[in-house]
Amino acid sequence: MTVSPLTATDLDRIRADFPILARALHGQPLAYLDSASTAQKPQQMLNALTGFYATSNANVHRGVYTLGVESTEAFEAARDTVAALLNAPSRREVIFTRNTTESINLVAKTYGVQHCGPGDVIVSTVLEHHANLVPWQVLAEQTGATLRFVDIDDEGNLQLDALDEIARAGSVKLVAVTHQSNTLGVRPPVAELVQWAHGQGAVVVLDAAQTVPNRPVDVQALDVDFLAFSGHKTLGPTGIGVLWGRESLLAELQPFLTGGEMIRSVKLERTSWNTLPWKFEAGTPAFAEAVGLHAAIDYLQAVGLDAIDAHEHAITDYALGRLAEVPGLRIIGPQTAAERGGVVSFLLDDVHPHDIAEILDRHAVCVRAGHHCTQPLVERLGVAATVRASFYLYTTEAEIDRLVEGLYDVRRVMGVR
Amino acid sequence: MMDDLYRENLMDHYQHPRNHGPLAECDAEAEGQNPLCGDQVVVQVKLADGAIEEMRFTGHGCAVSQAATSMLTELVQGLTVAEAAALPSQAILDELAIPLSAMRVKCAVLGLGTLKVALHRAAGTPLPAEWGDTDEMIWS
Repeated sequence: MTVSPLTATDLDRIRADFPILARALHGQPLAYLDSASTAQKPQQMLNALTGFYATSNANVHRGVYTLGVESTEAFEAARDTVAALLNAPSRREVIFTRNTTESINLVAKTYGVQHCGPGDVIVSTVLEHHANLVPWQVLAEQTGATLRFVDIDDEGNLQLDALDEIARAGSVKLVAVTHQSNTLGVRPPVAELVQWAHGQGAVVVLDAAQTVPNRPVDVQALDVDFLAFSGHKTLGPTGIGVLWGRESLLAELQPFLTGGEMIRSVKLERTSWNTLPWKFEAGTPAFAEAVGLHAAIDYLQAVGLDAIDAHEHAITDYALGRLAEVPGLRIIGPQTAAERGGVVSFLLDDVHPHDIAEILDRHAVCVRAGHHCTQPLVERLGVAATVRASFYLYTTEAEIDRLVEGLYDVRRVMGVR
Repeated sequence: MMDDLYRENLMDHYQHPRNHGPLAECDAEAEGQNPLCGDQVVVQVKLADGAIEEMRFTGHGCAVSQAATSMLTELVQGLTVAEAAALPSQAILDELAIPLSAMRVKCAVLGLGTLKVALHRAAGTPLPAEWGDTDEMIWS
């Protein structure tokens, strides 16, 4: 099925929904090219969030009174919306967390601790964000399991031929991989990895922080076992994230955090746990943020995730073409728009990325400079840092043009000849 | 507008760093890194009669980190070790004389912090507490 990208009229209408895009910086309109870090927010989401606080705020799962019943319904409706977004077989599989990092830590500190030990192998990749790397390092240290990484080639493609050798290192219990690199935009061959992992009897943890916001993500089609994403990259508020996990796996796990909300009954001597998903939601959850996330997902689905994916592909293709015109510019990672998302890392001559980002900021062009929370990856690529521009449903070709003009100014200011 | 930040003096120090390159022999030495952005400097100092006769540096990184360290080599020449070791970070910020965000201040003070580590290490004295705010940096 071919989906047409967003039209100019669509883009105008979308941009009008994002109040921050009307802001000027240094006398110029904002060109926000850092959505891989966090997305801007549509008015519809802001209205849902503040409207909830203004009219419906009460703690969930407690109040006998009407307000408490309403807020519980709103919170649980958000769970249904997330379950539908991911095509989850059951709403009981959707656990609200703070963010992707907490979701992955939850898996490491429950499933990981309860299933990994000496002689076992945990597999991750060089591409990972620290959120999908550090928890596995800690898990390996705690359990005595071995942690192995799948390497990449110079464009960021996973070297899957190393898997056989990794399998010989022990019993593979868990494979943690990103759905899309937040630094390079490359989309690893998750289907192949899943097939291999399941063949080894291992579970797959998918970091979908970079893909749930901009393309249809179906946990059943992907056949992964756990999946994590963040609300704030998905047009939603900060402070809420999601862990999806197979019910059969979640059901047998001991809790992550303990306290209120996650209990069925508490005696001084012992406590019995609540059922899924609340067993994993200790304390007052981010219910207002869940209502905001619900509105954000409604917004994304009204635009259409296929159309957003097509738009990002088109804008990335345009950006790669325009960036190639800039003398001395080097794309780090995949060189074409095929099999990648709306994230482009680059270097310009030998100008330090922080200088580039600082000069672009004077043009109101917001890009990220640094290691993007992927220090092992940038080290593997043999660079200290990169500049990263990332795109979303509201990104226009005019903003890419401003990035390119800004880069010519970087060349002038920094005296690149 | 651009030149508010990357004004001529800064760019001159960045493109033509003063006292750049290693010393054959030195009395104090340290390396500083800012892992956040990959800036790195190695500072070497030659002392005479308790004063800084010469400070030289090598390194790589953003314009602010390298230019600030270049300016520092001129600023500290002739200062006593005690004076240099007590130099506040504001001294180098005044020298740069450009607006810097909190993140870029760390770039600006990398060279000074490294110099202090070198001097205090050579003298066997502890690093002053005010340098606790640069603990993201790695000194070696």
